[in-house]
Amino acid sequence: MTKTVNNKAWVFVLPVFVMVAFNAIIPLMTVVNFSVQETFGDNVFFWAGVTWFEQVLRSDRFHAALGRQVAFSAIVLAIEIPLGLAIALAMPRKGIGVSICLVLMALPLLIPWNVVGAMWNILALPDIGLLGKAINALGIEYNYTRQPYAAWFTMVLMDVWHWTSLVVLLCYAGLVSIPDAYYQAAKVDGARAWAVFRYIQLPKLRHVLTIAILLRFMDSFMIYTEAVVLTGGGPGNATTFLSIDLVKTALGQFDLGPAAAMSIVYFLIILFLSWLFYTLMMRNVES
Amino acid sequence: MEGTSLLSWMAWTWPTAAFFVFILLCFVAMTVWEYFSPGGDPRRGVLGLTTTRGDRLFISLLGSAFVFLAWLGLVGLPLWPPLAIAIVYAILMFRFA
Repeated sequence: MTKTVNNKAWVFVLPVFVMVAFNAIIPLMTVVNFSVQETFGDNVFFWAGVTWFEQVLRSDRFHAALGRQVAFSAIVLAIEIPLGLAIALAMPRKGIGVSICLVLMALPLLIPWNVVGAMWNILALPDIGLLGKAINALGIEYNYTRQPYAAWFTMVLMDVWHWTSLVVLLCYAGLVSIPDAYYQAAKVDGARAWAVFRYIQLPKLRHVLTIAILLRFMDSFMIYTEAVVLTGGGPGNATTFLSIDLVKTALGQFDLGPAAAMSIVYFLIILFLSWLFYTLMMRNVES
Repeated sequence: MEGTSLLSWMAWTWPTAAFFVFILLCFVAMTVWEYFSPGGDPRRGVLGLTTTRGDRLFISLLGSAFVFLAWLGLVGLPLWPPLAIAIVYAILMFRFA
C-alpha cells in the first residue's frame, strides 16, 4: 500500500487558508478595488484611477495623523519594553508570590479595550476622576479634554497600564526558561548582577523581546478603540491617530475611496516597519 | 463590472483584477522556478540580509509599492517611470539581494 505523507497536512492547512482568505485576503482585495473608485452608495462605482492616492499622499491631514501615530508608537515602545523587562526581572521565581504577580499582571489584559478607554476617561476627568483630581490637587493644571499635552499624557499612561503586562509576561516566560546552569556558571565566575543581565539574560531574551516589540509596535500603531473612547481624537486633532482619521474618513464622511487609499498606505507602512523590525532583530540574533 | 452578482459588492475593475492576477502569477512562477531549478536556499546579499527567493520577491513587491507611492506623492501621473524603476529595482533585488 502506498501512502503520500503530505496529504494529511492539506486537511489542516486548507481550513486555515479559507479562513485567512475570508478575513484578510478578500477584504484586502475589496479595499484595493475601492481605492481606485468613487461611490455614492447603492453599489454604484465610478473609476477614479490613482486620484485618491495622490490626494492622500499630499494631504497635510494625513501627514499629521501619521506623525502622531509614529510618535505614539515610539513613546509607548520606549516606555513599555524597558519597564516590562524591569518588572519581569524583579518578579519572584518561587513561592506564592509567583501566582499573585502573574494574576495581577494578567488582569489589565483581560479587560476589553473599550472598557479600558471608558475607565481611564472617568479616572482622568479633572472634576470627578481620581487621577485628574489628584493631579490638580498637586497644583498642576490638568484637563485632558482641553490640553493636548494632558491628552497625550493620559493616552500614554493608559497604554502603558494596559499593555506593559504583556511585555512582563513574555519576558518572565523567557527568564524562567533560562537553565540554572548559566546562573551557576556566572556565580562561579563571580559575575555581578549587571553582567548576568548583560551576558546571560538579555541574549537569551532576544527572541522573546523580538516578539514583544513586534506585537506592541503593531498594536500601538493600530490603536483605535481605547483612544477613541478616551479622547475621541481631541482636543482638536491632538490625538487623532491614523486609525481614528481613517474611520472618520470612511464612516464619518463616507469617503470610501480616499479611506481605502489611506488604508492601503497604512497597511504598507505597517508591513514595511514590521518586516524591518523583524529582519533587523533576527539579523542580530544570527550574528 | 457592475451587476447584481455575488461579487458586485467587491467592486471589481479590470485593472485591479489584472493586478491580483499578476501577483498570483508571480507565486505560480516562483513555484515552477523552484520546482524545475531548485536553488532558493538562503544567501547573503548586498542588503546584508540572509534571503531566499521568496524573501527577494517580497522585498521586490514591497519596495515597488513604495516606489509607486513615492512617485504619486512627489510627482503624480504618468506611472510609466515608476513602473520602469520598480522593474529595475526588482531585477537588482533578485540578482544581488
